[in-house]
Amino acid sequence: MELQTMIWLVVGASFALYFGIAIWSRAGSTSEFYVAGKGVHPVANGMATAADWMSAASFISMAGLIAFMGYSGGAFLMGWTGGYVLLALLLAPYLRKFGKFTVPDFIADRYYSKAARVVAIISLLVMSITYIVGQMTGVAVAFSRFLELDLFWGMVVGMAVVFSYSVLGGMKGITYTQIAQYVVLIFAYTVPAVFISLQLTGVFLPQIGLGSTMTGSDMFMLERLNQVLTDIGFTEYTTNNNFGTLNMFLLTMALMIGTAGLPHVIVRFFTVPNVRDARKSAGWALVFIALLYTTAPAVGAMAMYNLVKTVHTGDTIAEETTLAYEDRPQWMKNWEQTGLLTFEDKNDDGRIQFYNDGNQEFAQFAEDEYGWKGNELNVNRDIMVLANPEIANLPNWVIALIAAGGIAAALSTAAGLLLVISSSISHDLLKGIIAPQISEKAELMAGRIAMTFAILLAGYLGLNPPGFAAEVVALAFGLAASSLFPALMMGIFFKKMNKEGAIAGMLAGLISTLLYIFTYKGFLFIPGTNLFPDTAEYWLMGINPIGFGTIGAIINVVVALIVMKMTAPAPAHIQAMVENVRVPRGSGGATGH
Amino acid sequence: MQPTGSAAEYWKANVRLLLGCLVVWFVVSFGFGILLVDVLNNFNLGGYPLGFWFAQQGSIYTFIGLIFFYVWKMNKLDKQFDVDEE
Repeated sequence: MELQTMIWLVVGASFALYFGIAIWSRAGSTSEFYVAGKGVHPVANGMATAADWMSAASFISMAGLIAFMGYSGGAFLMGWTGGYVLLALLLAPYLRKFGKFTVPDFIADRYYSKAARVVAIISLLVMSITYIVGQMTGVAVAFSRFLELDLFWGMVVGMAVVFSYSVLGGMKGITYTQIAQYVVLIFAYTVPAVFISLQLTGVFLPQIGLGSTMTGSDMFMLERLNQVLTDIGFTEYTTNNNFGTLNMFLLTMALMIGTAGLPHVIVRFFTVPNVRDARKSAGWALVFIALLYTTAPAVGAMAMYNLVKTVHTGDTIAEETTLAYEDRPQWMKNWEQTGLLTFEDKNDDGRIQFYNDGNQEFAQFAEDEYGWKGNELNVNRDIMVLANPEIANLPNWVIALIAAGGIAAALSTAAGLLLVISSSISHDLLKGIIAPQISEKAELMAGRIAMTFAILLAGYLGLNPPGFAAEVVALAFGLAASSLFPALMMGIFFKKMNKEGAIAGMLAGLISTLLYIFTYKGFLFIPGTNLFPDTAEYWLMGINPIGFGTIGAIINVVVALIVMKMTAPAPAHIQAMVENVRVPRGSGGATGH
Repeated sequence: MQPTGSAAEYWKANVRLLLGCLVVWFVVSFGFGILLVDVLNNFNLGGYPLGFWFAQQGSIYTFIGLIFFYVWKMNKLDKQFDVDEE
């Protein structure tokens, strides 16, 4: 069947499924809207959490990032999974026992203060909106590429789809839709990986294939990849470290703490029936996430290998065995049209040379030996996963599946974020601060209106992006790590922590992290407003801004403890509440107040 | 509810278990995957250099094991101190 027809068919079928689920599980009460009535089984909840968590970035970008970063890509793998250990051990069970709808609810009650609630709402909104803009862009790009629409209409279709099922269904609809989306996305991710692993190593499981020998050779896959890359002037794949030890450490830690502090992830643990299930649910979420995250290193490494072997066709490097431009395969032609893969014939030999011309010694050698005048092929990292099935010559239905999977990943995350944004406005801001007397029905309506506005705003920002997606996401994690996570954790583990300490800590963490990032990335990321260039020699003690969330978290805790010592400890009834939260027994259904 | 002797003990036991788990969490990722990676890369697991394996595979498997171990121990602890939800 024609590829385009196949894509329509597969994407269409997946949509019919999501809509059916949304209609079947319409939310009637605020409890169903915000936390799915708290009746979701831990395995189902874990699966929904995994879909919520794994965004277009995990699905599309991560393997490409690893392909080009080698060993140091591990910072993302460990960072985005290790956070679940912190969640399961330090937050999830206690927040579930506390039994409210939202993260600002907890902060406001635990720190008995409207000011604390406002600080929490602000951090939450900044984080969630920066995050969702990236998702909406992902949705638009996926729709426009695979449905052959222009970017504007791609965004309109995407917004309409997100609107119809998240506004109608609320958390209940979203949870069940996300389970379906998880199945679609994990199937789409692993099927091509299995095929490619079989092609290269003859081993079915990519996780094992990456550590096995190449087909028809007794050389290990990774050993061969190291050899292939060093032959063209790159560093060894298995030891390449882009960050240096200090910054790899700080970045990994910031991503872990940030993951555990992201409100749209935390809120998932309010949807399970009891404390025991909250603990278990974090474990299941990680199992489902790990299916993709342990496959990604194999996808990245094997895609890199295939890419190099496409261009350098011989066993060893020689001018005659580089790929002639007119012989290039169809997938290269397809991606050239998008501008995400470019070729420039610097030495006019009609052949493609791909090597590390940043390595001066090798560049000199290549010029003397082969007459190469610079690297001629530029490949955008983000196309690695999408182009992977084409590179490996897999059948059309696999390519169609990737389309449906990418869309599922972006949609599920967008929906989860929208819910957090709408609840923080209708529940935390409106009911919690502005109009406490509001009825349940009016609150539900306000939630849906807030969600509609959030979709319009996210769609607008997705089409007219402030840009710099990677920096903005780093900011979201930095903020979560430096503001919310320490406040939540101390609220449970430091019984005497008072509102003065918590508010001062959150503000200190938030502001120091913002300032450090803006110093190097520009105020509000506007180019040219940075105080110093974003390079290692200007960084304070060599700390990369993307890893600063770790330092921000430390500042938060230290400031909070100092302020706490200087002010009166938390009142007795708050300390009693903390005692109660620490014990599982008596977790009932949640209430809004 | 004021802390009774048993609630305080329950919490102490929980914190002890928790710290133990966090030590493992730290050692496999930050220890084996980052700080000691060059040393561990002298060993191999199949075709994987060991340090590289911890950074891209091993730490993730350990995280999963850790969470379920914690769940199992906590369920026992809940029953033992009679604070479980049934």
